[in-house]
Amino acid sequence: MTIAVIDYGMGNLRSVARALTHVGARDVVVTDDPAQVTAAERVVFPGQGAVRDCMSALHRHELIDGLTQAIAERPFLGICMGMQALMTRSEENQGVEALGHFAGRVRHFRALTGDKTGIKIPHMGWNQVTQSAQHPLWQGIADGERFYFVHSYFVEPQAQAIVMGTSDYGGQFAAAIGADNVFATQFHPEKSQQPGLRLLENFLSWDGNGCS
Amino acid sequence: MGLARRIIPCLDVDDGRVVKGVKFVDIRDAGDPVEIARRYDRAGADEITFLDIGASHEERDTLVSMVEAVAGAVFIPLTVGGGIRSVADVRRMLNAGADKVAINTAAIRDPSLVAEAAERFGSQCIVVAVDAKRSGGTADDPRWEIFTHGGRQPTGIDALDWGEQMADAGAGELLVTSMDRDGTRQGFDNALNRALSKRVGVPLIASGGVGNLHDLVDGVLEGHADAVLAASIFHFGEYTIAQAKACMADAGIEVRQ
Repeated sequence: MTIAVIDYGMGNLRSVARALTHVGARDVVVTDDPAQVTAAERVVFPGQGAVRDCMSALHRHELIDGLTQAIAERPFLGICMGMQALMTRSEENQGVEALGHFAGRVRHFRALTGDKTGIKIPHMGWNQVTQSAQHPLWQGIADGERFYFVHSYFVEPQAQAIVMGTSDYGGQFAAAIGADNVFATQFHPEKSQQPGLRLLENFLSWDGNGCS
Repeated sequence: MGLARRIIPCLDVDDGRVVKGVKFVDIRDAGDPVEIARRYDRAGADEITFLDIGASHEERDTLVSMVEAVAGAVFIPLTVGGGIRSVADVRRMLNAGADKVAINTAAIRDPSLVAEAAERFGSQCIVVAVDAKRSGGTADDPRWEIFTHGGRQPTGIDALDWGEQMADAGAGELLVTSMDRDGTRQGFDNALNRALSKRVGVPLIASGGVGNLHDLVDGVLEGHADAVLAASIFHFGEYTIAQAKACMADAGIEVRQ
């Protein structure tokens, strides 16, 4: 079973591959090759950094079609930037069109926290995730478990039905979203010790059906 | 409930080995960064920081291999600092598996480095190390100055101005070390951290001077630090990470347990 971890040249993507291997994945490829993405049975789309660079790198590597196809039909896990890129549009970098798989936008944290004092941005560290829906990827993970976050922007989906988990940082925001064969987290499971590794393990055995 | 305050053990590295010794209850100091990092990971550390105190280019390569090995064994965030001089250095450390890179002296020499690195890799992975020492001012209205070379060389730069400038340039976090307190075991310079935390909108890691667990508590409650970094109190088995977290939780501080 091949798992493609999309590598579009931004940051520490290999740690995701390492974590997947640690929980039992046998054939993990870190790749920017569209053919390998198309051939993979599961796709993980990680990433951090700025959305403009992310989208331009995806275009440059001609990964948009392969990604869109994977999102449409195979078990797909987006992480951090890989979650934000699934939305219609991001407000980062004066506004960037994203992949548009889910209707909604990506906004700066100040839109959530307003002028509340003492709210540092980026939102960095271990925060609790309240599970909003049952999902196979939450299996064996306690409701309210802590995961590691580091981000300045958050996802604001149009449909509440796709929100799989929420966290609170000066206001409530979507920590995980999903529908059908797609699941995405704002936090970094590969950096979230036991609960994060469990989520990745759940992804490996997930058949791509959202309902549990 | 919400975001937890972080506890970060910090390890000094020279030529790819942890130096100054780390002693866990059941192992002798082996200096092996992978083994030590794995122990802290399992012990509940929220992040791990490695600071390279060596300087040569050969040691850079050793450091890269070390980061690769540690990153393969640890599933919490990893920060690497010491001797980062260029965007290429930052890229090498990130590619090796570091989640964040701490920039210190190079930022003072060339402040645009922080902006370039943040633009290229995102603010989330750029930590600026602020080494500050009391300098001038009064007891009621202290001033702090940025020092380099382990606190020996003054720069004439005001620490609060500098922290703000670095956050504006794109630093995602400040690692603030009091050169007055470092190694003294008298606690953090909480006045410094509080002043910086008030001034700067990015998370602040307090460092330098921890002698006991109450110093960690004070670092959060009085210094308003988002994370507390310590070395010797953990390395020599005086306290465990779990004890530190229990002490902080007793004081009403939210921690990951």
